[in-house]
Formats: sequence, structure tokens, C-alpha cells
Amino acid sequence: MSKKRKVWASVLSQRMLAPEIYDMWLASDLAAVAKAGQFIGVYPMDQAHLLPRPISICEIDAERSALRIVYRIAGAGTAEFASWQPGQKAALLGVLGNGFPLQEARHKKVVLMGGGIGIPPMLELARELAEYAADVTIIVGYQNDQLFLKEDLEKYGRVLVATEDGSAGTRGNVLTAMKAEEVEAEVIMACGPMPMLRAIKAFAGERGIPAYISLEERMACGVGACLGCVCKTTRKDAHSHVNNARICTEGPVFEAGEVDI
Amino acid sequence: MDRKGNQKINTKVTIAGVTFKNPVMTASGTFGSGMEYSDFVDLNRLGAVVTKGVANVPWPGNPTPRVAEVYGGMLNAIGLQNPGIDVFLERDIPFLTQFDTKVIVNVCGKSVEDYLEVVERLGDAPVDMLEINVSCPNVKEGAIAFGQRTESLYDITSRIKAKARQPVIMKLSPNVTDITELAKAAEAAGADAISLINTLTGMKIDVHRRTFVLANKTGGLSGPAIKPVAVRMVYQASHAVKIPVIGMGGIANAGDAIEFLLAGASAVAVGAMNFVNPYTTTEIVEGIEDYMENYGIEDIAELIGGVRE
Repeated sequence: MSKKRKVWASVLSQRMLAPEIYDMWLASDLAAVAKAGQFIGVYPMDQAHLLPRPISICEIDAERSALRIVYRIAGAGTAEFASWQPGQKAALLGVLGNGFPLQEARHKKVVLMGGGIGIPPMLELARELAEYAADVTIIVGYQNDQLFLKEDLEKYGRVLVATEDGSAGTRGNVLTAMKAEEVEAEVIMACGPMPMLRAIKAFAGERGIPAYISLEERMACGVGACLGCVCKTTRKDAHSHVNNARICTEGPVFEAGEVDI
Repeated sequence: MDRKGNQKINTKVTIAGVTFKNPVMTASGTFGSGMEYSDFVDLNRLGAVVTKGVANVPWPGNPTPRVAEVYGGMLNAIGLQNPGIDVFLERDIPFLTQFDTKVIVNVCGKSVEDYLEVVERLGDAPVDMLEINVSCPNVKEGAIAFGQRTESLYDITSRIKAKARQPVIMKLSPNVTDITELAKAAEAAGADAISLINTLTGMKIDVHRRTFVLANKTGGLSGPAIKPVAVRMVYQASHAVKIPVIGMGGIANAGDAIEFLLAGASAVAVGAMNFVNPYTTTEIVEGIEDYMENYGIEDIAELIGGVRE
């Protein structure tokens, strides 16, 4: 693993993709070492808000030395990020977390599932999986017909859509769409809200399909020191000895059977 | 000698017979045992690493969410999650002794016996000092229960002193009516030093969900928001006792650290700001040297308690 660093980056572009959902490219040499499923800490410039916001990496352009994040306004910090214009300096902490185990998808039928603001990391994952000769199906769940990132995802695999209000694709969630379209999976990789991840864990467990899920929790340090972002694990992990893995360090991606969610 | 080879500057401080190369330490619970920050910080440059609290057995800590941000700081209710003294002795101590820095182990417990067991186990370990956590606000038993009343603080301090092989620092809580009474009780019971402040008990409510943000409801407030309270308490405590005081609470830069020294602290510790800027500790080491050069101060002892009345 590469050394973690706090670095200055600059905003290359910023646009709104859907209400409250923003898309920002940042110039940063962290791109050289980042991989799918990892995240960065983004610092607000307003010093009343001190902690880095953990945001998943949506796309990595190593040639351009740039990272893309697609994030939702969830509070004062992310609201400030959405106001940043090209040229704005931004402090980043990275690269954080373990990332998805791409080798597990080699030559397999892999189903990627993203729900809501869990969709962005699926883009870089789908892009990197192209090198693993995997048969990639991407199932994305939205609230409504604001289908952000759908066209980007279509470059890397078959995309199925589920919407809660039925305004596009299958009415329901990602699993409803998977069943409706009779999608076969030999391995599942997912990111999204906790109820979705719980359902995927149960679904994959019943069928004996390996599933890798990316978890989220409130974080402070992002580097494994504060023990703020732990999740319950089924086996004693080497660090805590009390079944409490750190999402920022042992995660955010866990094999679904390893975590008690 | 400072990093630029200036022979004239002395940044060393001595507390209870232990000499630190500079007065900059890490605050317990914000730096693990140093491993997580060794990507960012050369641990050899720190006066001391103060470890996360360790108990006689593993503690699972509190449910999540355990942390929340507030203006100028944060709340935490980790609940002293730790792997227990066995793992700590096998893994954390050998890691720390690779570095040319002093090692201070923070000790926590639910009962006096718990504390004594850890203190005894550490007796033969290559540890320079012990810091006794009688001030964590986030656990239901032990910790702060020992640190809020002079009688119980005196009792636990004297019992630990009777067993400890290393000098003992009692870490005090700001959640008390008069910090000087607690400082005096620790001193009277034989403490070699005191450190303050631990976090201030706080609360945050999510107005959209109408729920507590922390699963524990309350949490300890830390960060720059608490610094003026900490400076005041360090000033009061250091004037009430003769034993050295280690100051902490929202230190973000060298100026903040010097403020604590001037208030009466013999050393300082960086806590929540490690999470904000992982390079804070070493930047403060350099900033103190620069300050001393700029003001022609040859010995850091001139700064300790040096505020002009």
C-alpha cells in the first residue's frame, strides 16, 4: 500500500448531475496510486468544519493525474464543495481504504450493484474490471428518473436500472431488477445504503455467491487511529481483537459474510 | 540543538526524572500507538507518544455512530475500545520501542483492580511513564467516576503509586467544579505529574431526524473549540500544585502550544488536530524552535509558566 498523505489539489471542473448530486474532477497526484473502491478525505476550507469528508472515488485518470468524485450535499462541508469552481485549491487526505478485490472477478460473471450515492464507485470499478475479462452487469438503483452516471457506466458493461418510484427501469430496488431480468452472478460487488447492503448480504448468502460490499460510517481521522468508524465483524480481526474492524482501514470493502450488519 | 543545528536552543524538558527531547506529545486516543500516523510523522521527532488507553482485557467500545463534528471541534464516544494489555505488550510496545521517543502508556479500567493489573503488567515493560485515565466521559463504569471527586481520585492515585514502577501522570477531567481541588488531591496522593484537559462532555442532536447524533447520546468535546477552557485550567492547576502539568485541549499549531507553556504546562499534547492535519505534531516541534530563535530564547524552561502577570 502506498503511503497516505495530505496534499493540495485543485479543482478542474464542477457540475451538477442531479438535484443535490455534484460531479467534480480534482487534479492530484494521488491518482497515480488510487484504485477502485478506495476513498479520499476532502477538507472544507471553512475552518469551523475541521474534519475531512470521506468521499468515494468515482473515476481515476492516472494520465491526467486527476480524480473524479460524485457526491451528494449532506451538510455544510459538502455544500461548500459544491460551490468550488475550477482553480479552487482543495486539501485532500488519501488514498484511504482497501478497495475492491478485482482478482475475485477474473473470468467471472460479476454483478455490480450501486444504490443512490453508492453508485459512483461502481464506475471506476467497472472500468478497472475491463482488464479482468469479467462479464460485467451493472445494476443501479435510483429514487427517480434522475439517472446520474448511467451513460458513463454503459461504456463498461450492461446496465440495468431500478427506481423506487418506477419512473425508469424496474420499479423497486437493485435486487428486484436482478430477479426480474434473471441476471446470473458468480460474484457481487456493491455499494449503497445499509438496507440495500443487508438485503444483498442475505441474497448472496442464501445462494452461496461471494459478495463484496462497501460500507459507510461517520469518520474522524480516516486512517485507523480514532476507532470512530468501526463495524461488527463475525471473526475477531487482527487489529481490534473485539470484532470491530475499522471501515476506513480494514474496509470500506468487506466480504459480506465477514461483517455483522 | 534544533533541526538547523543551532546549538544554543534547548527544547528538552524533564518531568519526574524523564527527559523529553521536546515538549510535544500526542494526546491519548488520537494517535493509536503511532502506527497509523507513521506514514505522516517521523515518530523520532516527537517528545513522546502517549498511547490509546489500554485495559486489562479487550474492550469493545460503544456502538456507532461514535463521532460527530461540531463547530471548531468534534464529539467522540469511542468508549475506550482497546485490544487489552496482552496484545498491547506483544504488538504495540515493540513497535514503539523502535523509535527514539519516549513512550507513555495510557491506562484505563472499570475498577481500581483493573487499573492495578495493567500497571503491574507494565512494570517490566520498556515504558517511560504511565498516564492514568480517570477522566473519560464515555464509559459507564470506571474512568471519570474516579476522577470527579477528590476522595476517589486520591484513593486510586495512591493505590496506583504503590504498585507502579514508572512515574505516574494522572489525567484530569475538565468536567468538575474546581480543577485545583482535583489537581491538589492527585499531588497529595503522590502523582508525579498531571495532564489536562480530557474532553468536555457534550451532546449533538440531529434536528431533521430528531435523534441524538451519537449512539451514546453524549460524547467528549475536543478540538480548537475547547482551547480557551484548557488554557485557563492549565493555568489554574499549575499554580495550585508543584508537580509538572502536561497541557492539552485543541492545540493546532506552535502558537497554541506556546500558549499552554506560558500558562504553566511543562509539556503539551496534540489531540483532535491529528485528525485534521496529520503533520500537526512535527509542525509544532519546528514552530517552537522558530519561535525560540525569533525571540532569542535559549532554554524552553524560560517559557514554562512565563506569562507576564
